[in-house]
Amino acid sequence: MGSNIDALTTIFTEFYYFVTVVFMFFIHIGFCVYEVGAARRRNHMHTLMKNTMLIPLVTVTFFFFGWWIYFALPNFPFGAIDFAAGAPYTPWAETMGTNLGDHLTGVFWAAFLLFSWTAASIVSGACIERIKTSAFLIHAVLIGSVFWIIDAAWGWHFGGWMVKYLGYHDAYASGVIHAIAGGYALGILMVLGPRLGKFAKDGTPRDIPPHNPWLVTIGFFLIYAGFWGFYAACNVPIISPEVIGGEITGVTWTATNIYLAPTTLSAITFNFLMSLSGGLMVAYLVSKGDAFWTYSGGLAGIITASAGNDLYHPIQAMLIGGFGAYCAFKLHGYVERRFKIDDAVGAVAVHGYAGFIGVVICGFMLWGAPSSPFEGYASISPWGQLIGAIIMFGLLGFLPGYLVSKLLQSRGMLRISPAVEIRGLDAMTNEAYEHAIADVQAAEKAIMNEQSK
Amino acid sequence: MATTSYTSWAADLAEVGAVYPFVGTEVVMVILGVVFWLTCQILMSKMENEELEAEEKAAGSSSSEGNINRY
Repeated sequence: MGSNIDALTTIFTEFYYFVTVVFMFFIHIGFCVYEVGAARRRNHMHTLMKNTMLIPLVTVTFFFFGWWIYFALPNFPFGAIDFAAGAPYTPWAETMGTNLGDHLTGVFWAAFLLFSWTAASIVSGACIERIKTSAFLIHAVLIGSVFWIIDAAWGWHFGGWMVKYLGYHDAYASGVIHAIAGGYALGILMVLGPRLGKFAKDGTPRDIPPHNPWLVTIGFFLIYAGFWGFYAACNVPIISPEVIGGEITGVTWTATNIYLAPTTLSAITFNFLMSLSGGLMVAYLVSKGDAFWTYSGGLAGIITASAGNDLYHPIQAMLIGGFGAYCAFKLHGYVERRFKIDDAVGAVAVHGYAGFIGVVICGFMLWGAPSSPFEGYASISPWGQLIGAIIMFGLLGFLPGYLVSKLLQSRGMLRISPAVEIRGLDAMTNEAYEHAIADVQAAEKAIMNEQSK
Repeated sequence: MATTSYTSWAADLAEVGAVYPFVGTEVVMVILGVVFWLTCQILMSKMENEELEAEEKAAGSSSSEGNINRY
């Protein structure tokens, strides 16, 4: 830190990311609460622990190799792996620890790590009540510390090849987190199969209502709150044109998106709330007031507009959000009926389809706008965004999810047995609790009887 | 083809104003937005009326008592 203004900027940026990380923790709390609310009583403990244990596993693997991938692979496979750029982010680098010469690596790492948890947590909800926890945790490490961070290196890095050559623009991760996680979840679900009893013999889907819809709604509110922090975390809060080193002239400092292109916190606050509102209104109507889908639609609204929410007008964000919620609701029902896919929480629709659609819409809405402040980059276009959406949802999402699930299935590692599924994953734990309760109650009654003598 | 008024960031940010797509169509966007809002709000009201009518038709002593007991 050369001057006092540099020092203040660095400390402000450090504190800014620190706060966004704390906010983003609400996303994970929300997902846990929401999944437990959606699961049936006999599966609560396992549902919760499945989503909880991804936290340590994704955290340590993201420390060991995930963070390095982001800096080393932006040009791979069209260029060499950049070992020099990745060097400060290897787990043995001095910058990956307490270091008075580096205030930002830890908080920036944590911000990305929380995105990793989110990607894995999106997948978690789709396959509740029948996937083995051990199988899910393998998937969690792969989506959280490998595949999503590859897509971030390619399409969510100021030097990523998708940004350079396709003009890919995805400021708040419609594709980079949501489409990939939704695609990955779909890949798992196609192999995993539906929960027992989900479909009638003629193929008609049965509704399996959440055991506690109120817990689900609280979970959604927490996700909304965390998502707001996520938006802030996607920005660079303050930077000078000199530090960006691109085409921007003058001396006016700015906030930027992840591509170092200018935006404002004001813009994303407008657009976050307007796209949430558009999604909520349309989902409320199209689901006929169903709470689960109204809340999901709010989320789908934000996700659909996220790709361009750094630049959209608020009314554009609202209309795009409404359209995304409509598509997510309709596509979920269609895919469930047509392909017999049991997506327990609608994750594939809300994150995958809405994210995919959002990336493509962004190509039309921001057609011709610069994808980057650096010279020579392709501008934003519908075809660049369509290719990008296919890469996110299909190549890095669906394909690995499907192939790894096939491998796990071939070794009997993917799904619990039908007997356990019917009995419930928590049966033994619940019985042990009941025995313990009966034992304590009997002991207390005995004490009471002795006292009354 | 560009939906924005700029095609590169080669500019002094002190002199840049609105950067959203279709600058100049704000009034049209507001009209669209208001139509969207009113349509949604009217449809919500209609939906509620239909739901309440259905509830009224379903109301009977046995079902109502069951719901009272449910609290």
